[in-house]
Amino acid sequence: MRIDARGRRCPLPILDLARHIGDVEVGETITVEADDPAARPDIAAWCRMRRHEYVEEIATTDGTPGFVVRRLH
Amino acid sequence: MTVHLDAAAGAPLHPVAREALLAALDDGWADPGRLYGVARRAAMLLQAATEAAADAIGARPDEVLFTANGTQALHAAVLGTLAGNRRATGFVHSAVEHSALLHAAEAHAADGGVSTSVGVDALGRVDAAEFAAATRENGAAAALQAANHEVGTTQPVAEVAAMINVPLIVDATQTLGHAAVPEGWAVLAGDARAWGGPDVGLLAVRAATRWRSPYPDDDRGPIPGIPNIPAAVAAAASLRAVIAEREDTARHHRALIDRVRAAAAQIPDVEVLGDPVDRLPHIATFSCLYVDGEALLGRLDRLGFAVSSGSSCTASTLEPSHVLVAMGALTSGNIRVSLHRDTSESDVEAFLAVLSGAIADVRDELGAAGL
Repeated sequence: MRIDARGRRCPLPILDLARHIGDVEVGETITVEADDPAARPDIAAWCRMRRHEYVEEIATTDGTPGFVVRRLH
Repeated sequence: MTVHLDAAAGAPLHPVAREALLAALDDGWADPGRLYGVARRAAMLLQAATEAAADAIGARPDEVLFTANGTQALHAAVLGTLAGNRRATGFVHSAVEHSALLHAAEAHAADGGVSTSVGVDALGRVDAAEFAAATRENGAAAALQAANHEVGTTQPVAEVAAMINVPLIVDATQTLGHAAVPEGWAVLAGDARAWGGPDVGLLAVRAATRWRSPYPDDDRGPIPGIPNIPAAVAAAASLRAVIAEREDTARHHRALIDRVRAAAAQIPDVEVLGDPVDRLPHIATFSCLYVDGEALLGRLDRLGFAVSSGSSCTASTLEPSHVLVAMGALTSGNIRVSLHRDTSESDVEAFLAVLSGAIADVRDELGAAGL
């Protein structure tokens, strides 16, 4: 599953992630595509605080980073 | 009436600084390089201020210079040390140095040098052995702050100094007047605004350290122009005063900061940052999940509290604080509370009385309740 959070400023990308993490099954991943510079540290911090797994950062077709998160519970 | 809890950005003028400043404005206005009565008087005042500042930091008077401000002190510390040690080109610094120091590192890199940033742990502290190893590789000079200006964590300055054989530049901007300055510095930078002085910087270079002015030649000395003598006099006088009262102030601050940290930790989804013990006494920092830092600053301001934030939405660059990023900390809803000598227990109590409500209100505005 992918979330398009382009143009959304901190802390909206992590709000988007929090609202949609329940939409994937445990063990599946969700990718937040976000261009806000705070998204990178904050999505990793959110995973730590909410005990999900921060998997990796990927480049999407337009160059916007995508942050891949695995639902753990 | 606003309660000012942002002393790290500049404390209100200390009464000793005000008194010294007013006296020196009348007495120390002349050019100290001239050879007549009022000029000699100005030169004497500058010499006395230099001696007092040197004494306060454990240096010799001929090792101390006043700069226009703390930013210039940091720039001159870095660029002057690199200019004086050109056999190597590497400059090593922690990832959590003040942006003024990082900008000097960028200038060094743009000029063909190599600047290496050493990362920190989750508390914001470098590993001394890792820092020293990076310095030994290709270091002409290294810079490590005495303590971090955003989260308060102290750095292993003396430990690093004992492990390296190049000059160690120490940013003591948030430490001077609040805590003991660590041993081992070759070059030290300070900012009088942080201890209740006027806008003037302090630069100390150990006599044995090779340092060359990074500025064009000026017959006034290594820092161009006539020093701001009234500001230097007030800075030195207030530095002595705050050091004399430091232990009492630090005990008072530490108790209040412990209370802020404990209260913030009780609020849901708030992370309290920095070392809980080995830290500056006057700074507390925390980040709040699902909180817009700018909205929280605005709400606290309307409630009568001035604090600062490292969240990206509060920065002119829209970048989150490099300190928080280096620590891997949450950057949203970030708040730094920093105390000055006049901060009272009731100021802090009043702040804590509104804090959790302010955070909840801002979360509600975002529709974040229950996430």
